[in-house]
Amino acid sequence: MASALVAPDDPRVDVHQGTTRGSGLWRRLLGMSLRPILLGAVLLLLYLWVQTQTLDSIERRSLNPAKIRLELWEHVQLSLVATALTIAIAVPLGVLLTRPFARWIKPIGLGLGNFGQAIPSIGLIVLLALWLGIGFWTAVIGLVAYATLPILRNTIVGLDGVDPALKEAARGMGMSRLAVLGRVELPLAVPVILAGVRTALVLTVATATLATFIDAGGLGAGLVAGIKLNRPSLSLTFGVLAAVLALFADWVGGIAEDVLRPRGI
Amino acid sequence: MTSYPRVGFIWHSRSHHARPHTLTRRSRSLSLGEYLSENWVDVLNDAIQHVDITAAAMAIAVLIGVGLGMLTYRHPFPSSLATTTTSAFLTIPSIALLGILIGPLGLGTANVLLALVLYALLPITRNTIVGLAGVDSSIVDAGRGMGMSRTRLLWRVRVPLAWPVILSGIRVSTQMIIGIAAIGAYVSGPGLGNQIFHGLARFGAVNSLNQVLIGTGAIVIIALLFDLAYLAIDRMTTSRGIRA
Repeated sequence: MASALVAPDDPRVDVHQGTTRGSGLWRRLLGMSLRPILLGAVLLLLYLWVQTQTLDSIERRSLNPAKIRLELWEHVQLSLVATALTIAIAVPLGVLLTRPFARWIKPIGLGLGNFGQAIPSIGLIVLLALWLGIGFWTAVIGLVAYATLPILRNTIVGLDGVDPALKEAARGMGMSRLAVLGRVELPLAVPVILAGVRTALVLTVATATLATFIDAGGLGAGLVAGIKLNRPSLSLTFGVLAAVLALFADWVGGIAEDVLRPRGI
Repeated sequence: MTSYPRVGFIWHSRSHHARPHTLTRRSRSLSLGEYLSENWVDVLNDAIQHVDITAAAMAIAVLIGVGLGMLTYRHPFPSSLATTTTSAFLTIPSIALLGILIGPLGLGTANVLLALVLYALLPITRNTIVGLAGVDSSIVDAGRGMGMSRTRLLWRVRVPLAWPVILSGIRVSTQMIIGIAAIGAYVSGPGLGNQIFHGLARFGAVNSLNQVLIGTGAIVIIALLFDLAYLAIDRMTTSRGIRA
């Protein structure tokens, strides 16, 4: 949830400065692989540290490979399903809101979105659970609701940023409005939309740690068990795992931004 | 109402484990208004604590963050370190950081305060660096030509011009940590998160929805009030020459 409000909507705040380009292939490859190497080192240190600890039966119950794999898988599942749904909702919504007939709704929609962002993630998730019941899908709905704004906003910003002269030219070439959208506007807006997707992905992975409060699993389970049962080693281990996963997701997002960017931009 | 001892200007929180059972003894289901009129003292107390810890964390973070920014904006290595660690650090889930800090600091206000300061620090430092370094060099040159010393240039030229950017970093940080403070209640921190977690602990019981709704709603109101305050501060403190 942390990167929630540092969305790239504010032109004065540059969120992802990590993706530099044009500074030599080797430097790029090195820059790209630096993050996973560092994360791997962190995991190795964590593993060695856990090895030096004598675990009691409570700690062993959470801190074993099978349990960690399960929680990791649940976490990844939650994050991926939620992010996919978020993209499926937010991008079309952003496209709709930038069409000429819907321009008057746009400020209202963004205003509501900004207001929604002020809702604390934990409050939103608990409220949804009280309303819809606990479980995986409630958590997914909460995550989608929470991550929609960055993608929606970036879709709108990206589409609005397309030079009107280009749209005009495409129309002049005889393209239909739909073709202009699909072949000119969207490809040009892709970098901005992807930056929003990356923000949303990281936000989702981070927020998914709260899913355990409504019995939807994830790495938050071990973390919360550590807090509840007064076993700091559990909180530390699962806390570091969750952080590493979020940073890894951010890295994957950065790679995706580079790979999926249409040629010519 | 019992009075709570003060440390600095943060009120000691009652931990949610030791919470008096004024809320659970009722079995009657109440409307939101009825619930609020019976429990407003508790809610208000939590709201004040929420504002307190947010304000305390922001005060510390602004002092350190702006200071760090001023010290490092001219040096490329520390400033690039500050900007890259920012985005990396902000990806750490807040409950994870709070859980990790239990090791050295235990449960309670100190843990939450440190976590909030850490989360707030980086956007402020980064925006200070970006803002100060982004000042048009011809303006700085003009100032130097007028005979200004480096310190005077910083305070009379760079800071006023970078102020809107710095303030936007402060605003973003505040909004962020208001939400994180809510999660802090799980490690016995103060604030409205206690209403949310208390309601969660009584999941489905009478009035648990009221409690979570009020906790969440009050946090949204606090966030909006802080935003309004920053809007006013922005109006009042932005140099007249660059006001939009």
